[in-house]
Amino acid sequence: MSIVVRNVSKRFGDFVAVDDVSLEVEGGSLTALLGPSGSGKSTLLRIIAGLEWPDSGEILLSERDATALAPQKRNVGFVFQHYAAFKHMTVRDNVAFGLKVRRRPKNEIRERVDELLNLVQLHGFGDRYPAQLSGGQRQRMSLARALAPEPQVLLLDEPFGALDARVRAELRDWLIRLHDVVHVTTVFVTHDQEEAMEVADQIAVLNHGRLEQVGPPRELYDEPASKFVMTFVGDANVIDGALVRPHDVELLTEPDEAAMEAMIVRVTILGRDAKVELHDDGGAEIVALLTRERFEELDLWRGQTVWVRPQRERVFTT
Amino acid sequence: MSRLGLRLLALAYLATILVAPLVIVFWRTFEDVGAAWDALSAPDTIHAFKLTLLITAIAVPVNTVFGIVCALAIVRRRFPGKGLLNAFIDLPLALSPVVVGLSLFLLYGREGWFGVWLGRHNIQFLFALPAMIVATIFVSLPFVAREVIPTLREVGDEQEQASRTLGAGGWQTFWRITLPSIRWAVIYGVILTTARSLGEYGAVAVVSGRIQGQTETATLRVEEQYEQFNLPGAYAISIVLALMAIVVLVAMTTIRPKETA
Repeated sequence: MSIVVRNVSKRFGDFVAVDDVSLEVEGGSLTALLGPSGSGKSTLLRIIAGLEWPDSGEILLSERDATALAPQKRNVGFVFQHYAAFKHMTVRDNVAFGLKVRRRPKNEIRERVDELLNLVQLHGFGDRYPAQLSGGQRQRMSLARALAPEPQVLLLDEPFGALDARVRAELRDWLIRLHDVVHVTTVFVTHDQEEAMEVADQIAVLNHGRLEQVGPPRELYDEPASKFVMTFVGDANVIDGALVRPHDVELLTEPDEAAMEAMIVRVTILGRDAKVELHDDGGAEIVALLTRERFEELDLWRGQTVWVRPQRERVFTT
Repeated sequence: MSRLGLRLLALAYLATILVAPLVIVFWRTFEDVGAAWDALSAPDTIHAFKLTLLITAIAVPVNTVFGIVCALAIVRRRFPGKGLLNAFIDLPLALSPVVVGLSLFLLYGREGWFGVWLGRHNIQFLFALPAMIVATIFVSLPFVAREVIPTLREVGDEQEQASRTLGAGGWQTFWRITLPSIRWAVIYGVILTTARSLGEYGAVAVVSGRIQGQTETATLRVEEQYEQFNLPGAYAISIVLALMAIVVLVAMTTIRPKETA
C-alpha cells in the first residue's frame, strides 16, 4: 500500500514538469502534494496513476515496480478536479463501474454500491444523473466511484478546487473523517497551503518540478528547508534579507537598539489574534501577528510609530 | 429592414430554392398516377432501388467505423501526418464526384495500378458492384468523422482516463465510455452518410457502366428514364428518392433534440 517515487523526471517539450523527484509515501498515510500552478504536482500524481509516463525514474506501488504498468492494472483510485463523471450513467452506475469491468457478481456490486452511497451520503441519489447533482455531490460520487474497487491507493487531483469555499471546507473535513474510516493510502494535490496543513499528515512541497521539502505540516512550518517553503507554507516577512513569521515579529513602543522603526498603517482584529501592518522607513511592508492580550497591553493605534524586533529570523542561501 | 421583412425574405428564398422544385416533382407525378406506378413497378426500377439500398447498407457501416476510428486518431492521438489526415478527410467534399469516378477508372481500369492485379485474378471491379461501392464510400466518407471530431473534443478525455484508473481496458473504455458519449454525433453522421449514399450520382455514373437491371442505381434510373422521355417515370422514382431523404431528415430532427435532455 506504500508508494515510492524514485528519481522521476518528465518534460513536455522544453518545459520540465517534474525534475528528478524522489518521494516515499507510507501505507495508510494521507499525503499532500503542495505547490503553485506549474510546479509539477499534478503531473507527478498522474505519473503515479499511470496516466502519464515518466521520461526516467521508477514508481513502486506496494514495493512492486509499477513504472511500466497500464493505469487499469495499477489498482489506484483517481479523483479528478472536474469530477470526470460518466455523464450518460446514473450515480449508481458510475459507482458500480469499476466493479462491473471486473465482472463481480451482481448482488455483490449492489451491496457494495449501497454501502458506498451511504458512506458518501448519497443514498437516495442513486438513480439521478451527474447533471442533476451539485458540485459537492458530484465530487462525493466520484470519490465513491474511485473507492468502489478497493484501490491500493487513492489519488486526488485538486479535488476541491472547483468548489465554493463553504462546500470545500465541508468536503475537507469529510475527507479526513473518511480517511479515518477507510484508511487507504491517500495522496492529494493542492495549491492551497491551508488545505494541505489541515488535511495531510505529510506534505511534499514542489516548486518548478523539484521537491523542496517533505515532512509533517508542523515541521514545514517550523523548520522550512528553503526560502520557497518558508514563504509558501505560511506567511513570512522579509526584514533585512532575513525571513520572519508574522507571529515572530515583536513590537515595542519604546526605542530599542536591536529594533527598527516602523509606522502602523493598518490594524485588523482576527478573533483571538490581531494583525498589525507596518511600513518601515524604506516603505517596505511588515506584518506582525499579536495575541489580543499583547495587542491590548501595547495599546496600539494606526499611525503610531513603533519599533520592530524580529525573533527567530531565518536566512536561506537557496 | 424589419425583423418580419427579413423573415419573409428568408422564407421566400427557401421556398424558391428548396421547396418549389420538390413540389413540382410531386405535382407532375400525381398528374399521371398510372404511368408513375408502371415506372415504379418495372423490374429494372425495383432492381435499381435494391441496388441503391445494398450499396448504402455497405457504404454506411464502413464509413461509420472509419469515421469513428479517424476521429479518435485525430483528436486523441499524436502522430506524424495527423494534419494531413485531417485535411484529406474533407477531400470528398471538395472534389466533384465525377472526378472521383474518373480517378477510380484510372486506378482500377485495365491499365491502372490495381487494375492489372484485378485483371490477373479475374475480378470484375469496374462496371460492377465493387466499383460502385468504393465510389459511394469515397463520396460519403467525411460525414461521420466531421460530426464526431468536435464532439470528442468537447467531451474531453477525462472520462476515459477515469475509466482506465477504474480498471477498464482500451476496448471496455471505448464501448462503455467513449461511444456512449459520442453516440448522437455518430447517429447524426450516419444519417448524413445515408442521405449522401442514397443520392450519389456522379461518381457511380462514371464507374457503373449504367447497365439496366444490373448496375443501375435509383438515381441513374431517374436519369435514364428522363433520357427516354419517360418523364412520369423519372418523376415517380425521384419522388421515392425524395421521400427517402425526407424520412432520413425527419429522423435526424426528431433524434437531435434528445441530445440535450
